[in-house]
Amino acid sequence: MGKHVLLIEDEPNIIEAIRFILSRDGWSVDTHSDGANAVERVQSMKPDMIILDVMLPNKSGYDILRDLRDDPMTAKLPVLMLTARGQTKDRELAERLGVNQFITKPFSNSDILASVRTLAGAQ
Amino acid sequence: MPRSTLTGSRIRDRRTAKGLKQADLAREVGISPSYLNLIEHNRRRIGGKLLIDLSRVLEVEASQLTEGTEAALLNRMRQAAADTPKAAAEDDRSDEFAGRFPGWAGLVAAQHDRIAQLERTVETLTDRLTHDPFLSTSLYDVVSSVTSIRSTSSILAGEEELDAEWQGRFLQNLDNDSRRLAESSQALVAYLDGVGDAQGGASSPQEELEAYLLRNGFHLEALEQGTATPQDLVADAGLISEPAQILALAYFTRYQNDAACLPMAQVAALWSEMRDPAAMAQSTGTDIATVLRRIATLPDADPETRVGLVACDASGTLTFRKESPGFSIPKFGAACPLWPLYQALTRPMTPIEAVVEQASRTAPLFRCYAIAQPQQPTRFGAPVVIEATMLILPLEGSHQVMPKVEPQLIGSSCRICPRDGCSARREPSILADGF
Repeated sequence: MGKHVLLIEDEPNIIEAIRFILSRDGWSVDTHSDGANAVERVQSMKPDMIILDVMLPNKSGYDILRDLRDDPMTAKLPVLMLTARGQTKDRELAERLGVNQFITKPFSNSDILASVRTLAGAQ
Repeated sequence: MPRSTLTGSRIRDRRTAKGLKQADLAREVGISPSYLNLIEHNRRRIGGKLLIDLSRVLEVEASQLTEGTEAALLNRMRQAAADTPKAAAEDDRSDEFAGRFPGWAGLVAAQHDRIAQLERTVETLTDRLTHDPFLSTSLYDVVSSVTSIRSTSSILAGEEELDAEWQGRFLQNLDNDSRRLAESSQALVAYLDGVGDAQGGASSPQEELEAYLLRNGFHLEALEQGTATPQDLVADAGLISEPAQILALAYFTRYQNDAACLPMAQVAALWSEMRDPAAMAQSTGTDIATVLRRIATLPDADPETRVGLVACDASGTLTFRKESPGFSIPKFGAACPLWPLYQALTRPMTPIEAVVEQASRTAPLFRCYAIAQPQQPTRFGAPVVIEATMLILPLEGSHQVMPKVEPQLIGSSCRICPRDGCSARREPSILADGF
């Protein structure tokens, strides 16, 4: 079994596509769709990295990222952020909060795969 | 001083334009050239028969030689100068400029008005693009669908040995996402078609109703006279969406009840006599919010001085908007928390009166009357529902008229408010450097 990725995303078809891509590449993929208890899920599952959408129900990806960075257990966890907004200020906000990589939707599968390999591989 | 200055300058300008010598004009009206010279250099006041004689010889209406007809023009020019202090316009000579070059003065004033109108359009569009939940949701839907389609189709195109089960699932996903994309794209196009008219495009049921009320001057004569029922009016209003029709029925029903409590003739007479909503409520045994609403339905004598009205619920959401020219009311998102409307919300049943200055180029002044009242409970044990109402009265002449009043400084909404250092600011303004 390869390294473990937690995908936090609320669009079912995007989840299915990313899960397929990563599974074919040997990754173990778990998913979570609600922002409200996402941090607790990360803390309990201890993934090697997470893929985090910005627009989530109940709690934004930015807030989740901030909470993860505030917790010593997850402060250095690699985070790949997905967002429909690619404006400079969104990217800057994510970087200030400590994101490792930032990909704008719509993305290519190869970009996702390359980013995951880079981030998880650097662990 | 301004009147005589302007008049003298105009007489000189008109005489020169007609090719008359000073001595000839003086002789025609029976005064000495030296006296006319003093008049033309604004060192003698003029009026009565002499003004009429001069206007006759100069072939111009006497009123055109006086400042009165151009007072509004001068006021607009002074506002233009005040809005652009870096230009260092000679404000103390604006009347002379308007007298000598009325065409150029008119152009300055018209351009100032045009800039204000364009700024308003920019604010409206920015407000809509920033806060419009429909636009935001639609765009998010489009991007999500495209993302899924792109990723799924890449899998289908790139995987040579995809088993039938996965293939079927992805094809199903592709079909679902393409349908969703089609729907959200159509909704977006329909919406953007309506945005073409930034001032009039109704994108919500509330805007649809408000557009109807604006077309009718917020005064519904059929309900005032009792010649139509709220249901009749809804049927004739031409409102397209069902939610707008539901809102309209509620609004018309309340209007009908308000009119029964306070007939229009009584409101007009009391308002003319008292100019005090609390006193009007006292004398008629009506609540203040009803009085505020009724004043706002008086026919407008002049659209430029139209009385405004806003209402909000306990969450602060604006539930009704009638704009007064110069008082900017956001169509989307929250308004300025410093509005007396929201101060009233924190003190239910306490009438609040305030003179306010809204942040804009022209810094107009308004007198606001606000009150928050609980709505009639539907049953015992029902939650208390509070509604705040605020009447907005434009104060003509702004600071010149109210020299001793220190107005409360307010904005429209944080996003488009240029005030620095505001303790109530929620988010940064897009209007850097005062726009």
